[in-house]
Amino acid sequence: MTDQTIIAAPPDVPATAAQRGVGRHLTGWLLAAPLAGVLAIFLVLPILTIVVVSFWGATEFSIYPAFEFDNYAFLLTSDVTWRVFGNTFKYALITWAFTLLIGFTVAYYLAFHIRSLTWQIGLFLLCTVPFLTSNIIRMISWIPFLGREGIANSALLSWGVIDAPLDWLLFSDFSVILAFVHLYTLFMVVPIFNTMMRIDRSLIEAATDAGAGGWQTLWHVIIPLAKPGIMIGTIFVVTLVMGDFITVRFMSGSQSANVGRLISNDIGLLQYPSASATAVVLLVTVLLVIAVLLRFVDIRKEL
Amino acid sequence: MTTIPKIRYSRRSILKTGAAALGASTLSAPMVWGQETKDIVLRQFGTGVSNLNDVALQVKEDLGFTLEMTALDSDSVTQRAATQPDSFDIADIEYWICKKVWPTGNLQAMDTSRIAQYDNIVGIFRNGKLTPDSTIAQGTAPHSVGFVEGPGGTDFVDTESGWMTLIPTIYNADTLGIRPDLIDRPIANWSELLNPEFAGKASILDISSIGIMDMAMVCESMGEITYADKGNMTREEIDATFAIFTEAKRNGQFRAFWKTFDESVNLMASGEVIIQSMWSPAITAVKSRGIPCVYQPLEEGYRSWGGGLGLSSNLSGMELEAAYEYINWYLSGWVGGYLMRQGYYSAVPETSKAFMSENEWGYWFEGKAATDVITSPTGDTLAQAGEVRDGGSFTDRMGAVACWNAVMDENQYMVRKWNEFIAA
Repeated sequence: MTDQTIIAAPPDVPATAAQRGVGRHLTGWLLAAPLAGVLAIFLVLPILTIVVVSFWGATEFSIYPAFEFDNYAFLLTSDVTWRVFGNTFKYALITWAFTLLIGFTVAYYLAFHIRSLTWQIGLFLLCTVPFLTSNIIRMISWIPFLGREGIANSALLSWGVIDAPLDWLLFSDFSVILAFVHLYTLFMVVPIFNTMMRIDRSLIEAATDAGAGGWQTLWHVIIPLAKPGIMIGTIFVVTLVMGDFITVRFMSGSQSANVGRLISNDIGLLQYPSASATAVVLLVTVLLVIAVLLRFVDIRKEL
Repeated sequence: MTTIPKIRYSRRSILKTGAAALGASTLSAPMVWGQETKDIVLRQFGTGVSNLNDVALQVKEDLGFTLEMTALDSDSVTQRAATQPDSFDIADIEYWICKKVWPTGNLQAMDTSRIAQYDNIVGIFRNGKLTPDSTIAQGTAPHSVGFVEGPGGTDFVDTESGWMTLIPTIYNADTLGIRPDLIDRPIANWSELLNPEFAGKASILDISSIGIMDMAMVCESMGEITYADKGNMTREEIDATFAIFTEAKRNGQFRAFWKTFDESVNLMASGEVIIQSMWSPAITAVKSRGIPCVYQPLEEGYRSWGGGLGLSSNLSGMELEAAYEYINWYLSGWVGGYLMRQGYYSAVPETSKAFMSENEWGYWFEGKAATDVITSPTGDTLAQAGEVRDGGSFTDRMGAVACWNAVMDENQYMVRKWNEFIAA
């Protein structure tokens, strides 16, 4: 509305230019306001609440406003916290490595080996089929498969590969990471595939013409150009794994802990301040990780 | 459902309502239930064991009002009772949860003179004694948190004061479940849970307040620790208990820990676990899949638990009357029979008898051999003729309770230790 009226005004009056600037400014603010409002109410406010509550105190069944560092003191001095954070990083790192390897390979195959666009899209959609079922179901269906009398063990037994069922297939770090990789590889495939599709094919031809071998092209041309996709995928996977608690609970048979489980246990026991403190520390940790990742690639520039 | 009464707000229904209200003010309970009874909705929440849809259906049929049920796990139940008093009218909670929640003032005490069957409630819930000469077990025994001094009382009293915190509804004695087909020797002690023979095939439940009690039973049975009160351990006792279990965990004793009923059933039925802490209906669930499973009575006795109905302090007027009516109905037998046919016990067993066949009463309560097939309320076969209930009769089982589920003074410390144990 304002824009239209201003445009309709005679252009030769000097005051209009300033007015127009103000109007534009205002429009910009107004356009941004709804999203900013939504984010403020549903993102910033809750996080602030969590930060505030993390300084509160708790009794058995209630929490009371206070400003004390007890929660953080306990959290940061307990060796359980360190071990659990270590475990969380371990899961994130190993899952990241596997999802990257698999995700990159799949994306590479789709982008460079499949020639027709129809097939590319078709196969890409095929990758997303498992996502039609719930996350939890995809995870839990591993349990009967990997169990002591599960399909994996009975198959291996009947082939004579093993003599006794392998216990470490289920309720172990192996099964946790397997489930993570299964659940989150697609989050790697999508962004990497996306950036690969936008690589100018003539660059690869140029590399070949210049005498580069397959691996050299991959290392010096494709990977650097696919970096933004890798980075976005990495951020997805790392944040998802670090924030997860249900996969770890089910796939480790409750025997392993990560930070998410600490928080969920605290919430279950009404220890909201302690849960908040842990959540704040986790949030800061994840933000730091992302900050470091962003040092490697300027996503805004690359996109 | 909700639209129908609205449409019927005719002059006649208003007159009727008025008449019923008049009746309510002049007559003492039991009331003349008028038209508006149908519009009363009581919101009940609790653990899955007794929040059964069949109960809600029967309430609608027998009493006319609507009972909305929400089933949650023990942690969520505690949380809700303590923090969201407006979200419920009736809390179906365990006695140890009551100890935790009562000080918040979210529940109101009940006048026992309005409970018709009060005098027939099992002694465990009144003076703590099953029979006059039985000893009171350790832990949060129900009678110790069962009474307060008056309607607004906040402190528990030892005597039958006439004001009850929870009306007992359901209770049982828990022990270890085993797979007799995979363990070919008798199991008689709690210490077997940590026997290296079962390394990688044992499990314990990951609900700290209950798990710690099972742990204590095991440690005491091993002869490692003697507790002054398993339901109220000192920090040293807690540390010693976790030291033993952490070592066992590191040595790969446990296959998994379970948190929900279904998990315990699946662990046992799949053969991942052959000895574990278990709840009675979980055994039933495993058995109904045709897999042998025994709720093994052990020399040291049972770890017991009990639940009851508590009234929200927000309840008043017609809703409060309805709640009393509901509680009296609860104790009058139908629910008791339903629960007892699942292997639980009801607070007033005599009234339940009328709702059970002689065979069922003999099998579940008296510990006699079944004379015919025993089926669950939902129709699954649970036992064949000639079989005897694990642990025997009511007095055998409830008379051998070693401790009650409890919440300790050092609960917060214990919980932190529990978290360490899980992360170890």
